[in-house]
Amino acid sequence: MKIKKKRVLSIRDLNISFVTGSGTVNAIRGVRLDLFKGETIAIVGESGSGKSVTVKAIMGILDSNGKIDSGSITFDYEENGVNKSVDLVQMKPKEIRYQISGKKIAMVFQDPMTSLDPTMQIGKQIMEGMIEHEKISKNEARARALELLELVGIDAPTKRLKQYPHQLSGGMRQRVVIAIALACNPDILICDEPTTALDVTIQAKILELIKDIQTKRNISVIYITHDLGVVAKVADYVAVMYAGKIVEKGSIDEIFYDPRHPYTWGLLSSMPDMDTNSQRLFAIAGSPPNLLVTVPGDAFAPRNPYALNIDFRLEPPMFDVGGQHRVSSWLCHPNAPKVEMPEQLKKRIEKMLKEDRDNG
Amino acid sequence: MATKDLVQTEFKADDFKFAYDRNAKLIDKTYNSTSYIKDVFSNFAKNKGALIGIVIIVIIVIMAIIGPYFNAHTYKSILIEQASLPPRIPLLENLGIFDGTRNGIDIYLKKGVSDIYYWFGSDTQGRDLFTRVWAGTRVSLIIAVSAVLIDIFIGMIYGLVSGYFGGKVDILMQRIAEILNGIPQLVIVTLLGLILPPGITSIIFALMITGWIGMSRIARAQVLKLKEQEYILASKTLGARDFAIIFKDILPNIFGQIIIMSMFSIPNAIFMEAYLSFVGLGVPAPLASLGSLISEGYKSITVMPYIILSPIIVLALLMLSFNLFADGLRDAFDPKMKQM
Amino acid sequence: MGKYVLKRVAISLLTLLAILFILFLMLELMPGSPFNDEKLTEAQRILLYAKYGLDQPFFIKFYKYVINMLQGDFGVSYTINKNFAVSVMIAARLPITIKLGFNAIVFGAIVGLLLGIVAAIKHNTWIDTLTVMISTLGVSVPSYVFALGLAYFVGYKLGWFPILYDMSRPAESSVLPSLALSLFTIANVARFTRSEMIDVLGSDYILLAQSKGIKEWKLILSHALRNTLIPIVTIMGPLLVGLLTGSMVVEKIFGIPGIGSLMVNAIQMNDYNVVIAIAFVYSALYIFTMLIVDILYGVIDPRIRITKGAN
Repeated sequence: MKIKKKRVLSIRDLNISFVTGSGTVNAIRGVRLDLFKGETIAIVGESGSGKSVTVKAIMGILDSNGKIDSGSITFDYEENGVNKSVDLVQMKPKEIRYQISGKKIAMVFQDPMTSLDPTMQIGKQIMEGMIEHEKISKNEARARALELLELVGIDAPTKRLKQYPHQLSGGMRQRVVIAIALACNPDILICDEPTTALDVTIQAKILELIKDIQTKRNISVIYITHDLGVVAKVADYVAVMYAGKIVEKGSIDEIFYDPRHPYTWGLLSSMPDMDTNSQRLFAIAGSPPNLLVTVPGDAFAPRNPYALNIDFRLEPPMFDVGGQHRVSSWLCHPNAPKVEMPEQLKKRIEKMLKEDRDNG
Repeated sequence: MATKDLVQTEFKADDFKFAYDRNAKLIDKTYNSTSYIKDVFSNFAKNKGALIGIVIIVIIVIMAIIGPYFNAHTYKSILIEQASLPPRIPLLENLGIFDGTRNGIDIYLKKGVSDIYYWFGSDTQGRDLFTRVWAGTRVSLIIAVSAVLIDIFIGMIYGLVSGYFGGKVDILMQRIAEILNGIPQLVIVTLLGLILPPGITSIIFALMITGWIGMSRIARAQVLKLKEQEYILASKTLGARDFAIIFKDILPNIFGQIIIMSMFSIPNAIFMEAYLSFVGLGVPAPLASLGSLISEGYKSITVMPYIILSPIIVLALLMLSFNLFADGLRDAFDPKMKQM
Repeated sequence: MGKYVLKRVAISLLTLLAILFILFLMLELMPGSPFNDEKLTEAQRILLYAKYGLDQPFFIKFYKYVINMLQGDFGVSYTINKNFAVSVMIAARLPITIKLGFNAIVFGAIVGLLLGIVAAIKHNTWIDTLTVMISTLGVSVPSYVFALGLAYFVGYKLGWFPILYDMSRPAESSVLPSLALSLFTIANVARFTRSEMIDVLGSDYILLAQSKGIKEWKLILSHALRNTLIPIVTIMGPLLVGLLTGSMVVEKIFGIPGIGSLMVNAIQMNDYNVVIAIAFVYSALYIFTMLIVDILYGVIDPRIRITKGAN
């Protein structure tokens, strides 16, 4: 029997909009997601799909013209032996920042070149959060900062404490950002495209580092990324977002080996592959929709070669297709015609399955 | 929508038919993006300060052109028996302001000219201030605009040459510019004002000697950017391009910045001219400039404050509106979106 | 860092030399310089010639000129105080001008900073709009307009403070002039601080600090402030120039016995030695201040202070 994992984060019916000079943008339109202890979720999608907005809402650092219209984000954690449960939507962003952010939920940002204060010593930046939340002495904070620097694999930590960001390489800076995030022992680590700005060789190391720490400290991790290669390496569970909604979610095997939504097919197909026979890289035609305008039906329909007429009329619900797999597409309705994934993709998946079998 | 709700949903007959011909390729639809110029204009229009600025500038410029012709006086015509008259404007005088009185005494009556109106009053020599203020505005504007135009010309050439030739030439020219920049403009302007014969051309000369450095920087930066692009392109294009074509490439890119810089330089030039007048190095009498009018008016400020009032208001308005306008332009050209 | 400082010092010295050269040219070109006074006796003429190298070739003359100027020998006044040493005239008045300028800068900078910070934090509220209006006004309208306005309304009409410098009440007499001068500083600093801080507040590292749960005011103090103020060097130039022009006019209007009003006098009375001497003093002050600011900038910004070699 499977041991029921403890649920850490539970997002229900989240709706977020932004007020801009040109009108109201409905950036997040009904998101439902769960995160369990020790698990890694990857949220995948194009730019503008709403991935970052969701996590910014969790952290209470949404832009000032953003508003959570409805929904709930339930966070379950333990403090001093007492089990607590709060709805982050009901808290004011300032409250979230003072009580939760940095302490229980921490974030690693995308660009290590700009996320560190160029005029403050590394050590101070690591210790800042600790001193703020845990009211420990400077010496204690310094000792912990040294430990953290060692944990994230930075050499000569004593020297580094007094250095400034511009004296470190990009990879090292990102390690520092991770160290900052881990400073107060958070339960959840959110990584917003943590490797996009780094060299490919460094990418793998950073991902390994995060995985390592995750296992050591039993942290839950949310990865935001558009890179499916990263997803394949780290995720237990995947949620594919498009135009502010989750269009498909499931375990990593379900998504990679049995994708059902045409958008997911598009994403998987556009991953360059050494064995790709075709001369051209596959790209999904068109661009993401303008969320200023509310158009009836499925937001993906205009770019969906498999779109049905109903896709232009009604938004599809989440269909349960087995296990943890959920798909938001009318193609999963019993009345819908049977559609198979593109030939290329099918072949590739078959090859992957065969490789896995061969490797045991 | 939860799966249960499906029961309530009404389905149409052809709902589950494909919307597209399966074999047709979906073509990329390009979105309607507004052109750069339109963006700039719409950004600018949203900035109230900038709009006020441009409106005031236009009004003042128009008045500078036609103002001196409003009445029979010229900027130097003297009617000594009508000297030192306070401002008097028909219609408004019935409200108790601008009624030609000073300390309660109707000066017009005293001087026996009750049927004459001096809108801005007259100065101690009997000249009409209304005409002189607008004539003075005209002079100040001519000086400022000429100086700035010449500066644009000089600055662009200097920057283009410096950037185009690069290497030692560039380094030398930039060092010279840096040193010249270190000398306060005030000093140069004052000294030139002393040794050059008084007159409008001298003032223009003194002003333009120092203002070109900023323009040259913009021009040089653009040339360097262009050169970088050239190195990426095939070298044959480099050989084919000649100076004129490069010039055409550079001009549209720096146009915006040059305009903004000049809009900031004009009030600076007006101010410098006013300063020169104040210390006695301005336009020679009987010519009027805003600066010289202020300088004259200062002498009788306690007794007849109105003499200094009108030129000062025009000067302040002019400088303020140019700055507002330039600010608005700069914000409008700035692609940084401050909201989202 | 050392290389940086050396470079700045070298450029400053070269600029000083350039100024001296220009001043020297002016002196040669100006009609009626004291060297041509017919009233000089033969003995005096020989002395003058020897001292200033008047019959020597151009560059020797220039060399002697530079030496003299740098030692503070500015020649004698020609019209204001005939044959009186210019350096003495300046020395008597310099402290007053410096005090005035210093007051204006310090007061102006503090007020300007506060205004700018508040406006940036309360971006897009009425406080912000008001600050922008005030600072645009202060930057566009020349300081002597304010000086005149203050002198007339507060000094003359209301009589709260004296409008002419009164030796017996130096503190009160400096209120209006300092205020008039400082308005320009306030406007410039406020405008700059506001715009820089708005930029800084939108940067990634502030977002990261927020996500760490740092309180708002702590964010401003520890992170935003330093990053905002570092580029203040960009407005120092125009600020100083504004103060220079301002001080001349303000001193004249309020009758303050500083070098500014002396300069105005000298210009109007064609006393070239005095004009050139004060021009030199102004330039030297300007160059020196810019040098200090540049060096400070190098010290405060760790990116310049510590080069990458420290890896």
